[in-house]
Amino acid sequence: MYKIVEKERLNPTVTKMVVEAPAIAKKAKAGQFIILRSHEMGERIPLTVADYDREKGLVTIIYQLVGRSTMLLDNLEVGDAILDFVGPLGVPSHVEGMKRVCVVGGGVGCAIAYPTAKALYDNGTEVTVITGFRNKDLEILRDEFEAVSHHMYTMSDDGTVGEKGLVTNKLQELLDAGEVFDEVIAIGPLVMMKFVCQLTKQYDVKTTVSMNPIMIDGTGMCGCCRLSVNNEMKFACVDGPDFDGHQVDFDEAIARSRQYADFEAKAREKDCHLFHKEVR
Amino acid sequence: MPNMSPNKVPMPHQEPNVRNKNVAEVATGYTLEMAQEEADRCLQCKHKPCVNGCPVGVQIPEFIALIKEGDIEGAYDKIKETNALPAVCGRVCPQEDQCEKLCVRAIKHEAVGIGRLERFVADYHMANGENKIPTIEKNGHKVAVVGAGPAGLTCAGDLAKKGYEVTVYEALHKAGGVLEYGIPEFRLPKAIVSKEVQALKDLGVHMETNMVIGKVFDIDELFEDGNEAVFIGSGAGLPNFMKIPGENLNGVFSANEFLTRFNLMKAYDVEADTPIFKGKKVAVVGGGNVAMDAARCAKRLGAEVYIVYRRGTEELPARKEEVEHAMEEGIIFKTLNNPVQVLGDDKGNVRAIECVQMELGEPDESGRRRPVIKEGSNFTLDIDCMIMSIGTSPNPLIHRTTEGLDTNKWGCLIADPKTGATTREGVFAGGDAVTGAATVILAMGAGKEAAQAMDEYIQNK
Ligand SMILES: Cc1cc2nc3c(=O)[nH]c(=O)nc-3n(C[C@H](O)[C@H](O)[C@H](O)COP(=O)(O)OP(=O)(O)OC[C@H]3O[C@@H](n4cnc5c(N)ncnc54)[C@H](O)[C@@H]3O)c2cc1C
Ligand SMILES: Cc1cc2nc3c(=O)[nH]c(=O)nc-3n(C[C@H](O)[C@H](O)[C@H](O)COP(=O)(O)OP(=O)(O)OC[C@H]3O[C@@H](n4cnc5c(N)ncnc54)[C@H](O)[C@@H]3O)c2cc1C
Ligand code: SF4
Ligand code: SF4
Ligand code: FES
Repeated sequence: MYKIVEKERLNPTVTKMVVEAPAIAKKAKAGQFIILRSHEMGERIPLTVADYDREKGLVTIIYQLVGRSTMLLDNLEVGDAILDFVGPLGVPSHVEGMKRVCVVGGGVGCAIAYPTAKALYDNGTEVTVITGFRNKDLEILRDEFEAVSHHMYTMSDDGTVGEKGLVTNKLQELLDAGEVFDEVIAIGPLVMMKFVCQLTKQYDVKTTVSMNPIMIDGTGMCGCCRLSVNNEMKFACVDGPDFDGHQVDFDEAIARSRQYADFEAKAREKDCHLFHKEVR
Repeated sequence: MPNMSPNKVPMPHQEPNVRNKNVAEVATGYTLEMAQEEADRCLQCKHKPCVNGCPVGVQIPEFIALIKEGDIEGAYDKIKETNALPAVCGRVCPQEDQCEKLCVRAIKHEAVGIGRLERFVADYHMANGENKIPTIEKNGHKVAVVGAGPAGLTCAGDLAKKGYEVTVYEALHKAGGVLEYGIPEFRLPKAIVSKEVQALKDLGVHMETNMVIGKVFDIDELFEDGNEAVFIGSGAGLPNFMKIPGENLNGVFSANEFLTRFNLMKAYDVEADTPIFKGKKVAVVGGGNVAMDAARCAKRLGAEVYIVYRRGTEELPARKEEVEHAMEEGIIFKTLNNPVQVLGDDKGNVRAIECVQMELGEPDESGRRRPVIKEGSNFTLDIDCMIMSIGTSPNPLIHRTTEGLDTNKWGCLIADPKTGATTREGVFAGGDAVTGAATVILAMGAGKEAAQAMDEYIQNK
């Protein structure tokens, strides 16, 4: 059992949790993830290691409430324990030997992008961060990103925070202004990553994306997380989750991410009933 | 006078059209009377040919004699001397190719139902017997086992009995390996697997789940932690795909994914949160035990199910009993067919597969007749779900993260067939990780031999 020592709501749908998991805290690197299961009949869900404290043996996760499993996780409070918590899984992000990098985070993808930005910054890379949110209420990790970047831009769909527009608008503006990046790292919704890659391809800037397909075991055993990269089959849990964005088949990945949409919608309904009952 | 009936005492089963809608066990097991009647068919041969067919050398005539005498606990102890998991083996061993194949009664008629008797004894013990927890004197040495499948569990049990402090590291949240995530409830109830795992814990084995070795710790760290030898029983879990167009469409699954959802995650249960795709028409590609299991699970979720296999019915590699059970349950066999392409709709879902018909040519290296494509025989089969059961390979995680651990060209760990010693000192391996996908009892045999070799290695150090 893995004890929850801290819980903080970052915005109405995103929560941060700090969990006691010394073995994982000791090994985790930016870009890696854990898989957790919050109760006996629960689903195994992957979440990125958003931060870790090796000394205290703590791992931070930041999750968005999207469906049943994240809602059940969110029912747990400080002092409660998570049933299963396994990791660090996946290949760490490549953060060495780069002079200038632009990290693009969209929505809760910022939680996944943050440890990578931090690792780059700690390695002496000049880090530009572009974050994007639908509106001000959904903004997360502003202070954290400011502490690990040299330039920071925030975009929102409605202009309630930062500039009005998409992350790709800002990225294009920077590239047009002659900014040179060794690499762009884009993490967020699949559609966002797809459009960032289309853009950077025109400017011939290497782009890494972090893929988050549906997973079960996370050890390369089920093939559920497979995707096409350069027309080859890859398993995101062991070969990734980071891939060369210019080689990823995003349309296929988008279709695959909807595999269980009907089931999930029903599970959410079930939950709403459940929660009504609990509220009484 | 022995019972000279030519046939085994029939095994009671749930009706096919009832059981294909539930997950309860298909074969419901002998009663004491049935077991004793079957035990009476054994001739108590002095030269014990049957024992030679058992990879772990279960003392077959002896345990059967004890059943006749009504000493079921005695029979249990007898089996347990050489077989750590009788309730499992009695159910899933391919007895027809092992112990029962060499039974003298099999020359003219049906063999003695050795597997059924083994299962009876184990079940009887679980229901009525008490677990004697032996007091074991610790020998002060520490060892680690990677993987809690039959190979790892057997190795751990044997080493614990010799006094070692044993820790088993398992990647998933539950111990059991394929017994837990692959073989379905209706063939091997998970309560049995849990009891066997509990029995090992009672022996003092530490069971550490959620531990992916190669990620959380690597093999070197296990040694740094004070372990004097390490056993790797990580299985062969990496699913193969056919490399044909359309395999990434929605509705196409590896058997591992489908079975893991069904078994480990209990997705058949409405209370479980893990989703599973309930196809209307499902094609399972392959003809082994895994294919039969996947097909029968899909059937239980309400689908019309086809087995698509490139050779003939005779060549199906699955156990005969499993093929018969599948046929009884209404699985449709489309043998001598092979998919060449998966066809999708505009939403990225499978809608059909294109297949070719095959015919059997000359025998190949495996001795089976090689399937050859009948030119121009392409046809399409409308389906909404496809399950690939065309084999698995060893997972590369451990050898990628361990210096000096060699594999062969199929990715199998290289290990001495007698001792399990790998190319790395102090590291032993066995089971599917070494042989590629094989059987439960062979994995157990390998775990047992490695335990012996590890003990010798440590004592002579
Ligand atoms: C490597 C990786 C890292 C991730 N890191 C984070 C993170 O740091 N923060 C965060 O909020 N989210 C992260 N995710 C996504 C997160 O796993 C899903 O949001 C979560 O599983 C949804 O579960 P649910 O039951 O609440 O929602 P559901 O209603 O079941 O699903 C909503 C959507 O989430 C996705 N999803 C569902 N089940 C899974 C699953 N088992 N594996 C992967 N995706 C699934 C699907 O696309 C689905 O459409 C990550 C995913 C991956 C693969
Ligand atoms: C669906 C199916 C049906 C079958 N039916 C039969 C049958 O009827 N009869 C029969 O005899 N055989 C059958 N088999 C084959 C049999 O189950 C296997 O041969 C046997 O389980 C192999 O045992 P093992 O201990 O070597 O590996 P496994 O049972 O595969 O166990 C390996 C364990 O190691 C764990 N692991 C892997 N990597 C790591 C890591 N890096 N760190 C920690 N842990 C790790 C895995 O999670 C797993 O739990 C079947 C197999 C399948 C898939
Ligand atoms: S362990 Fe398997 S092979 Fe050996 S006697 Fe039992 S059923 Fe037969
Ligand atoms: S060969 Fe058959 S009849 Fe003879 S001892 Fe073995 S089980 Fe009994
Ligand atoms: S999640 Fe099962 S192989 Fe990646």
